[in-house]
Amino acid sequence: MEFLSYGFMRNALIAICIITPLFGMLGTMIVNNRMAFFSDALGHSALTGMALGVVLGVAGTDLPMLLFAVCFALVLNHMKRKSSASTDTMISVFSSLGTAVGLVILSRGGNFSKYSALLVGDILSITGKEILCLVVVLAVTFLFWLFCFNKLHACSINKSLAKSKGIPVRLMEDLFGVLIAVIVMLSIKWVGVLLINALLILPVAAAANISSNMREYHLFSVILSVASGLIGLILSYYLNAAAGPTIVIVAAVFFAATFFAKPLFRS
Amino acid sequence: MFGSLEKKKRNKELKKRAGHLSERAACGLHCIKMEDIGVYAGKTPIIEHVNVHIHCGKLTAIIGRNGAGKSTLIKAILGEVAHEGTIEFRDMKENKVKKLKIGYVPQYLNLKKDAPVSVYDLFASCISNVPVFLCRKKALYNEILNRLALFEAENLIDKRLGDLSGGELQRVLLSIACTPVPNLLLLDEPVSGVDRKGMELFYRTIHNLKEKYDLSVILVSHDLTLVKEYADSVILLDKTVLKEGTPEEVMESPEFHEIFG
Repeated sequence: MEFLSYGFMRNALIAICIITPLFGMLGTMIVNNRMAFFSDALGHSALTGMALGVVLGVAGTDLPMLLFAVCFALVLNHMKRKSSASTDTMISVFSSLGTAVGLVILSRGGNFSKYSALLVGDILSITGKEILCLVVVLAVTFLFWLFCFNKLHACSINKSLAKSKGIPVRLMEDLFGVLIAVIVMLSIKWVGVLLINALLILPVAAAANISSNMREYHLFSVILSVASGLIGLILSYYLNAAAGPTIVIVAAVFFAATFFAKPLFRS
Repeated sequence: MFGSLEKKKRNKELKKRAGHLSERAACGLHCIKMEDIGVYAGKTPIIEHVNVHIHCGKLTAIIGRNGAGKSTLIKAILGEVAHEGTIEFRDMKENKVKKLKIGYVPQYLNLKKDAPVSVYDLFASCISNVPVFLCRKKALYNEILNRLALFEAENLIDKRLGDLSGGELQRVLLSIACTPVPNLLLLDEPVSGVDRKGMELFYRTIHNLKEKYDLSVILVSHDLTLVKEYADSVILLDKTVLKEGTPEEVMESPEFHEIFG
């Protein structure tokens, strides 16, 4: 427990205990809704958001990143409804464009190294104030889940069916899109553009292997997510490696284990 | 011979179960009037000038070739796509326009085969606000069990949706569509995944439903033999209503032969 003597490790530990259950919950719907690509694209768009902040000369990059991501999510949802082209293709186009625009602006004048931390993230640099912000996000997400999960779930299974039950399908989809955007943006600095989707998807996919209903799914997903986070963080301390990637590797091990344990749970 | 005896017994049982759903049998005094329904993709019409008039207690089948706009019409009725024209639900006993309650049975679910979603999860998500990810309320569970029992699906409640057969899934979806009892039941018949026997059971259940409930049924169908046997009226759709009438009238018309050969 030597690592607990460092303030930054304590902060990181607390942050992990907030981010991972948040991702575990959110991920279940992302996986069920086949939105893995969507959240990935949002992560990439963080680069553009940051670039916008730099261009506009705003002091913090948080606000432009948030605003950009929310717009991005709503536009994507809109395009998905309008366009007959496959959703994957649409998202891919937006995602690559977002990344490219961000990289072009940020790398002008050879300055990119200043921002490259965004790619892998750094959980160890999180401050108390930022942790508080994450607590608020976790609370909001939980409330949203409490009141809207059923409706969202019905929409994800069949939109027409949800509509026939009087559920406001578009509103639900847009609220969920905005929620993902906000959460991805607020946690991307700590987790990194490259890994955020892995953290959203891997523990959830592992939970899906061994669950047969929504309650088990959420329970296992949150447990596996928190476990990967904690084990990964502590391992990274002793291995002297970056925290984010270590967490992802632990989550991947969990996925492999549950994948092979599947028959035991599904008999 | 043995089979038909079993059929009759089952029919009787289904009728008895459906009887619990509603004391009010179809009165024929509720009608749904759709006037000049049109849906456009940009400027291209997908369906236009569709006029349909149906009474409670009747099963209306919509038939037509692929891409004739059958699913679009269903989506327009559901309010999922913007449409021209009006849909009105009128109670002729009280001569009042009422809000139309729709029950919908989709053609398929957007679900991976191994997704951890049980029948209870889907059912509860559709009819209640008790968050399915957090708890399972006993009262709600029992209510759902009862609703499923009306369609011989009570033993499926804890099964994962991906483990159900086509016929089982259809019964579950029908049960969800009938909770609460709708004025209009919209059915998008699956093209595949349900065997002949399951399909017949499905049609018989609907037949019994409309006799016992006070509701109208619109069915998008691909099975002309079953339509002939069970539908009260048939609408032949190809962008607009080409022909409507009893199954015999429609199936003997030149319009029908032109489309189905």
